[in-house]
Amino acid sequence: MKENGKILVCTGTSGISAGAEEVIKSITNELANKNLLDKWQVIKVGDRGLFRDVLIDIITPQGSRFTYEYIKPSDVSKIIEKHIINDVPIDKLLAGKDYNQFFKGQTRIVLSNCGEISPENIDEYIERGGYTSLQKALKSNPAELIDEVQRSGLRGRGGAGFSTGLKWRFCYEAQSDEKYVICNADEGDPGAFMDRSILEGDPHAVLEGMAIAGYAIGSKEGYIYCRAEYPHAIKRLNAAISSARKRGFIGNNIMGSTFSFDITIVKGAGAFVCGEETALISSIEGKRGMPKIRPPYPAQKGLWGKPTLINNVETLANIRHIIKNGANWFASIGTEKSKGTKVFALAGKVKNTGLVEIPMGTTIREIIYGPGGGPARKKISLKAVQMGGPSGGCLPAGLFDTLVDYEAISKTGAIVGSGGMIVMDEKTCMVDIAKFFLQFTVSESCGKCLPCRVGLKRMFEVLIEITEGRGKNEHLSFLIKMGNTIKSASLCGLGNTAPNPVLSTLKYFQDEYLAHILEKRCPAGVCTNLLSFEVLEDKCIKCGKCYKACPSGAVQWKKGYHAKINKDLCIKCKACIGACDYMAIK
Amino acid sequence: MFKDNSQTMKQQDKRLRIVEQTMRKHGSEPHALIETLHAVQESYGFIDQEMMEYVADKLGVPLSKVYGVVTFYHFFTLKPQGEHVCVVCTGTACYIGGAKAIIDEITKSYEIMQGETTKDNKLSLVTARCLGACGIAPAVVYDGEVAGKQNAQAVIQRIGGWLKNES
Repeated sequence: MKENGKILVCTGTSGISAGAEEVIKSITNELANKNLLDKWQVIKVGDRGLFRDVLIDIITPQGSRFTYEYIKPSDVSKIIEKHIINDVPIDKLLAGKDYNQFFKGQTRIVLSNCGEISPENIDEYIERGGYTSLQKALKSNPAELIDEVQRSGLRGRGGAGFSTGLKWRFCYEAQSDEKYVICNADEGDPGAFMDRSILEGDPHAVLEGMAIAGYAIGSKEGYIYCRAEYPHAIKRLNAAISSARKRGFIGNNIMGSTFSFDITIVKGAGAFVCGEETALISSIEGKRGMPKIRPPYPAQKGLWGKPTLINNVETLANIRHIIKNGANWFASIGTEKSKGTKVFALAGKVKNTGLVEIPMGTTIREIIYGPGGGPARKKISLKAVQMGGPSGGCLPAGLFDTLVDYEAISKTGAIVGSGGMIVMDEKTCMVDIAKFFLQFTVSESCGKCLPCRVGLKRMFEVLIEITEGRGKNEHLSFLIKMGNTIKSASLCGLGNTAPNPVLSTLKYFQDEYLAHILEKRCPAGVCTNLLSFEVLEDKCIKCGKCYKACPSGAVQWKKGYHAKINKDLCIKCKACIGACDYMAIK
Repeated sequence: MFKDNSQTMKQQDKRLRIVEQTMRKHGSEPHALIETLHAVQESYGFIDQEMMEYVADKLGVPLSKVYGVVTFYHFFTLKPQGEHVCVVCTGTACYIGGAKAIIDEITKSYEIMQGETTKDNKLSLVTARCLGACGIAPAVVYDGEVAGKQNAQAVIQRIGGWLKNES
C-alpha cells in the first residue's frame, strides 16, 4: 500500500451529542483488531454544518471518497470488514440524496475547511494553504492591504454590514502607540451558529485573519471575546493559539519579520447586548456590558481608550481568502453592493437544516428549496422565513424571490443580520413568534435606556394579552407607535432593532393578529388559550394520526370515521394538532 | 463559606487556589473581575456573598460593582444548583420545535420554574438562550450532555430515570 487511507469523523457539538466519541472508539478498536492502525488514520474533523448524527468519510489510499451518515457504533465492524478490508462500499449506509442536495448549490469559501481538517492539527491547516496569506500580507505594506480589503467590498458579517476595509482604514489612520484587534465571537442571535462552527472547525482561519488585521492597522494585541456557552470552541481556540505560537505564526517577530502580535481569549458571561461593540469593550474591561454613546467610535477610542478594530468571526475568516485570491476575485462574487458569500444557519420547518454558505445574490427561495430541500412536511406549506433573529424580521413566502443582499433584504423589513434563517410553516403562529423574540429582548435589555427597558416590556405584555384572548383593537396601533418610539429613542443596536420582529409581522401578517383579537382564534393552532380542540370535519381526512399521537386517550377514532376529541380527557398538549397534516383541528 | 467550614478546608483550599491563580494571571487588576468570577463559579458551582467580598477585596473593586456584574450576566448564579441539571434550549429553532411544551411539562411534573431547584435539591431546571445546536432542535442538556430532537415525554422519562436511580 502506497498511501494511507483516512477516516474522517465529524466531532462538532452536534456530532458529539450524537455519539461521535463512541464511534471513534469502536473504529479504533476494530482497526486495532484487524492490524490496520498503521494503514488507516482516524481524524476528528469539525462540523460540516449538516446534522446527520454521526457522519464519517472514508478516503481510500487511491483518493476516492465515501460518506456514511447516521452511523452507530454497531455499524462500524461492518464498514471496516466490507469497505476497508474488501473494498465494497455499503450502499445502504452511504449518505443519500438529501445529503448531496444540501451541498449542491453551496459555495463554500469560509466553510471550506470545516469538516475537512482536524481543527486540532495545525499541519492540516497549513497543508491546505493556511498562513500563506499572512506571509503574503507581511510582505506588502499596510496601506496596500487595507486598499485590497476595501476594494473587495467585504462587509461586516455580524449584522450591521459596515465596510470592513473602511473600518480598518479608520483604525489605521487613528494615531496611537497602542491599538487593539477584537474578534467578536459573542454569537448571541438565538438561531445562528455559523461562528461556533467556524471556531470549532477551522480556528486557525480566524487567528490568521486577526494577525493580518493587526499588521494592517498597526496593533500588537488581539482579543477573542467568545461566549462562555461555547466550551468546545474555547478549547479548540486555546489549542490553536498555542500551536500557532509554537510555529511562530503569532507571538514575537512573526515569520522572522519585525511584526509581533499575540491573542488572548476572553470569555463572555451570557449577555446578548455584549455583541454590541461598545458593550463588548466594557465587558472585556471587567464591567457590566452597557453600551456607550458613539461617537467616539471604537476605531478612535475603544478598549482602554485606545483605537480598536472589532470584526466578527465570519468577517475575519474571509480575510485570508481575499488576501490569497485578491480583491477582484472576491468582488466578482455577489451583487453590486454585497460581495462574497454569506453563511446562513438554516433551521426550522425545512427538510435539511444546517449551515449553508451561498453567494450573495442568491434568492431566499433557492436556499430553502435548494440546500434546504423544501418544506419539512410536504402537505404543510411554508409561510415565512425569519431572518436576523431578535433584531430582524419576517419575510413572507410571497417575497421568497428576494435576493440575499444587505439592501434588498433591509427593504423588506428583515435584515441579513448575523445569518439566522428560521423557516416557518402554516403551523407557526406569527404573533407567538413575535412574542418569543420580545421575551428575549426584554430579558436582554441592559436597562440603560428607558424606551428599551420599559417600552419593550409594555409591548410584550400586550402580546401576552393578544395571545391569551384578551386582545383589543387599539392594541395594534399601540404596538406600532411604541415600536417606532423605541427604535428612534434607544442608544444601541439592541433597542434600535428590538421592535422589528413585531413591526414586520404586523406588516405582513396583520390578518393573524386580527384573528387573535377579533375572532379569538389562533389560525396556526399554537396559542393554547385560543384553541377549542375540535375536529373540523370538512378538513379531516379520517387518517387517525391525531388518535395515535394523543397521550391521554382523548381522541376517539375508528378507520373510516372522522376523529372526535373528548374534552374531559383532553390535557391540551397539542400533540394532535402537531400530528395533523391538514390543519383539521382548531 | 471557605472560612468556617473546617472539615472540607483542604478541598476548598484547592478551589480557592484556582481563583487566586486566575487573579494573579491578570495582575489582580480590576479588569480581571469577569474572568475571576468565571473561576469562582467553575470551582464552587455558584458565587455567594462571601466570595464576592473576597474577590472585591483582592481586586480592589467595590462590592456593589462586583454584585452588579454578577447579576448583570446570565451565566453567573448566586445559588447552588441541584444534583442534576436539565438545561432546555429556548433558541428560536428549539422554541418553534416545542421547547415550551418541554419546559411546561417539567414545571408541571416537578413543581419548579425556570431557574429553580427542587426542594430536595435533586433537580435544577435551567433555560439557555441558544446552544447553537439549532439543527437538532429542540435540544436539551442533561448534566452537560447535549441531546437533540427531544420532546416532553422523552425529557420526563430521562429525568425520571435520574431521580429513580437515587431514591
